[in-house]
Amino acid sequence: MNDPIIAARGLDLTFKTNDGPVHALKDVNLEINKGDFVSFIGPSGCGKTTFLRCMAGLETPTAGTLTVNGMPPEEARKARAYGYVFQAAGLYPWRTIGGNIRLPLEIMGFSKADQAERVERVLELVDLAGFEKKFPWQLSGGMQQRASIARALAFDADILLMDEPFGALDEIVRDHLNEQLLQLWARTEKTIGFVTHSIPEAVYLSTKIVVMSPRPGRITDVIESPLPKERPLDIRDSAEFIEIAHRVRDGLRAGHLDD
Amino acid sequence: MKSILPVLTVVGAILLLWVLAVVPMNMHLTADQAQRDGLVVSPETPAARQEYSGLGLTLRNPGLIAATFVQERPRLPSPHQVAVEMWNTIVLKNITSKRSLVYHGWVTLSATLLGFGIGTGLGILLAVGIVYNRAMDMSVMPWAIASQTIPILALAPMIIVMLGSIGIQGLFPKAIISAYLSFFPVVVGMVKGLRSPDGMQLDLLRTYHASASQGFWKLRLPASVPYLFTSLKIGISAALVGAIVAELPTGARAGFGARMLVGDQYGQPLVTWAALFAAAITAASLVGLFSLLERLTLRRMGMVQA
Repeated sequence: MNDPIIAARGLDLTFKTNDGPVHALKDVNLEINKGDFVSFIGPSGCGKTTFLRCMAGLETPTAGTLTVNGMPPEEARKARAYGYVFQAAGLYPWRTIGGNIRLPLEIMGFSKADQAERVERVLELVDLAGFEKKFPWQLSGGMQQRASIARALAFDADILLMDEPFGALDEIVRDHLNEQLLQLWARTEKTIGFVTHSIPEAVYLSTKIVVMSPRPGRITDVIESPLPKERPLDIRDSAEFIEIAHRVRDGLRAGHLDD
Repeated sequence: MKSILPVLTVVGAILLLWVLAVVPMNMHLTADQAQRDGLVVSPETPAARQEYSGLGLTLRNPGLIAATFVQERPRLPSPHQVAVEMWNTIVLKNITSKRSLVYHGWVTLSATLLGFGIGTGLGILLAVGIVYNRAMDMSVMPWAIASQTIPILALAPMIIVMLGSIGIQGLFPKAIISAYLSFFPVVVGMVKGLRSPDGMQLDLLRTYHASASQGFWKLRLPASVPYLFTSLKIGISAALVGAIVAELPTGARAGFGARMLVGDQYGQPLVTWAALFAAAITAASLVGLFSLLERLTLRRMGMVQA
């Protein structure tokens, strides 16, 4: 029970590019426990997305160890241990919303009846009930992103990895989706890794905030949030919230001073 | 339907230019004919008339303008002559008649469709090979491009004669020329279409641990459909041109190409022009048919906003 869901020790990743090697991750150590909501925040090029992609088995670290559910990320990927939400919704335009959510289920070989039941359930979960037969272009950007979250939830992976899922949306929609995401997390008890650029978003959502800095990409601070699990939107005006946000900002600034 | 007015405007402009061109183009032979019929023509000898341009001769003989539109063997037939010839050979002739353009059209169309089918199938297969196989990616595309730089007029008789020498005649050699011209746009379009999914969409499938064939059927193939239709529209008209070209140099007895050649050789420009227009209308109809199929398919797939 107390084994971490995701554990990184001494993780290093160097990309070979035409301009020479790029040190994307350097000596990254982190443990994520079951039910954590972990945000990765930092400026562009700090390796937060790369780190998330390593957890997903989409990139291979050059050194160090990384385990997901106690196994290498590659195997966890093959065992379909996580759902991944990308920056853009990336729904297939030729599939309906229901069809898009069925995509992973078809690939993983769920039965037709099971597929229908799951599609209905996750659409309910992201507040899109009744939109099953619509095509993506008939939905707003925020609704499309919710549909892509439903797609990641459909096959009941315990881990949800999200790479700046709300980055392209306006602030009002983003607030609303953040609130919904917290409710969803409370209901499903998933472990969530969440990459973001936004300090308020990271503080509002997370139980653990990982502050990263670039060149080379590394972790500069890990903040355990003392905020309660129940978080109304106006918690963002509380003294505690502002204090954590302050600490995150300090961490980000410290990272930059090293340049 | 909004395009009707601009299209009609262009058609009207072309018809006007055509009608205007008929007069000077046909004036010399009209004058010769008028002289034989006992009319006074200026200047009086054919040799002297050759000194004049068509326009100059028209200015000297304005009375002959009407006659330029009804010459039996005009250098440039007038629009109504072509229309009448087409009416006679398409509607009035029994379609089993050797002089029916419907009969000749079907001969060309059947070769076109067979060749288009072969070309499209081959094009799709090659595109799949190019996308999935690195060796084919490096080797096939340059040859496909090179194949289209060879003038088809030079190549067509060679292919027809070679196939003829091993006993293959009729429909199939023409279809080969059609396929030769129509596979290329399909290869180019399908390679682009199959490669159109971006890195994110491919990564998404990796997170599902999808197999290569699932990636093909669920992502790459549907993503390529709009590209395929664009290629098909180019391919079908290229296939028709191929079939006609294949009929030209080989003494084919039937088909649009054969009619054009017969008209040329026997001094019957109306026959040539009627075949030309029938071929153009056929090509436009085929492209229109594929445009319609495209619209219906993409709407059904949800890829266009209905």
